[in-house]
Amino acid sequence: MREKLSIIVVEADRDRALNIVDSLHEAGSYDIQVISEPTRLARQIEASRPDIVLIDISNPSRDTLEELALVSGPMERPVAMFVDRSEAGLSAAAIEAGVSAYVVDGMRPERIKPVLDAAIARFRLFQRMRTELAETKRALEERKVIDRAKGILMKSRGLGEEEAYSILRRTAMDRGKRLADVAEALVTAADLLT
Amino acid sequence: MKVSLSVGFIPLIDAAPVIIAHEMGFAAEEGIDLILHRAPSWSAIRDRLSFGQLDAAHMLAPVPVATALGLGGGGVGLSALSVLSVNGDVVGVSRALADRMRDAGHDFAFDDARSAGQALISTGAELRIGVPFPFSTHAELVYYWLSALGLPAPQGIRIHTVPPPLMAEAVRAGEIDAFCVGEPWGSQVVEAGVGALLLPGSAIWAFAPEKVLAVRQDWAEAEPLLGARLIRAVWRAGRWLSDPGHRSLVAELLSRPGYLDLPPEGIEASLNGRFLIDRTGEMRKARQFIGFHEGAAGFPWRSQAGWIGHQLAVRTGLDRATAVRQAGAVFRSDLYRQALADTNAELPGASSKVEGTIAEDTQVAATHGNMIFKRNLFFDGSIFDPNAV
Repeated sequence: MREKLSIIVVEADRDRALNIVDSLHEAGSYDIQVISEPTRLARQIEASRPDIVLIDISNPSRDTLEELALVSGPMERPVAMFVDRSEAGLSAAAIEAGVSAYVVDGMRPERIKPVLDAAIARFRLFQRMRTELAETKRALEERKVIDRAKGILMKSRGLGEEEAYSILRRTAMDRGKRLADVAEALVTAADLLT
Repeated sequence: MKVSLSVGFIPLIDAAPVIIAHEMGFAAEEGIDLILHRAPSWSAIRDRLSFGQLDAAHMLAPVPVATALGLGGGGVGLSALSVLSVNGDVVGVSRALADRMRDAGHDFAFDDARSAGQALISTGAELRIGVPFPFSTHAELVYYWLSALGLPAPQGIRIHTVPPPLMAEAVRAGEIDAFCVGEPWGSQVVEAGVGALLLPGSAIWAFAPEKVLAVRQDWAEAEPLLGARLIRAVWRAGRWLSDPGHRSLVAELLSRPGYLDLPPEGIEASLNGRFLIDRTGEMRKARQFIGFHEGAAGFPWRSQAGWIGHQLAVRTGLDRATAVRQAGAVFRSDLYRQALADTNAELPGASSKVEGTIAEDTQVAATHGNMIFKRNLFFDGSIFDPNAV
């Protein structure tokens, strides 16, 4: 039973899938297959009979995999979600990182751990990237609004840019609000008045 | 003291009790700041609850029962503090199957599970039926219904798991011939022009526990006072929801982008039990389509959990008596009673009953006075006595 573990990664995004496969290869020697098409997922997996399935927790098709976990399911080797077999800390970390893993029942934890460690690290990185992207987008949006508010003040009160900005800042501090919120309010009000 | 609780939900009409508890201030009244998280799938919501990322969740009634029986992927023991809703599912078929059933004389009356089931079986089709999750009231109702009519379950029925928002697509792609799903996703299949509705779930069992308020079992034991506050907040939300005058507002609230993100008209029609059953424009009205409060809908009957446990045991080959006992312990009628003891809620005298015996709404004695038990028949007239298993 020293043969290579077979792993299926369910991931529609090609770049993400390649990233996961790369980090798994760094962790050890595995037989890895990627499924990008979520329809008939349970049957595709049933046909390949992998040892481990990794899937993003936010993928709605994940529910179809629960069929594989049924005791009297169609597979001779029932698949269980790893969480009830391995260390609790590892499972919680995986859920938190956004990856779910299904593992053939009875597999030894020491064979699963490196796979999960690699997957968790990779998914954490995805999560960070997602957060960073969202934050960058928000920051850009806010800067746009602040620029518009500055412009409105400059035009309507004949101020310079520095002065307009400092008025916005002061107002935000006096009211205990965020600069972007004050700017947003001004832009909305100006839109209503014109 | 104000406490924040993270509660997960799936975008469905029957998530209304937790959404309303938040939006209408019933949670705040109990000093709870509800932080609602929309979840992508039932397995995700179960796992996030199991690992403490959520404190409580809107959950399919059979999920905590299946976990207690050691079925499926879940590992951590869960408890149902209350029943969030009864009924609310619809059964439908693909257009091809609907045409064959009409040609064979079925009337699509939308009220008779026996004739609809017989019409479905006599098409001779090998039925592939989509449900949202392997452990769901939907799956149990379908198995119960078709096996009572002679199809051997689970062998004769192929149940496929299809996430509710993908149900219409699965019908269109020819992956399933029929489906059982919570609203508004059944009506969406009709809207998409690929299927017709056959029955409301209530035509199979008139008072089926659909979703529960689930928490971790250890949380329920460790936080009885907090649990009680949550039960009361959701109970008051359910009572408010049962007022037909509030339905337009409910539909508006649920339709918001953070919740269901769907047009309010369809949501309101479903809340009223009104359905467009196919594209020709035929309308049907379902009796007792969905309940949040009336007939002590929130009361977690041990016998309801027992029925689910029995069904699961029958089809997975577990010991039936053990399964019924283990399942019954999951529905926490004890905690529910304690939580509502000092309110004016009417509570039943017993915590377990013989299911399927009430043919018409019936007045019975309760803790403070009287209460109404709603019709709870199974379509085939059989009964479930948890003590006789």
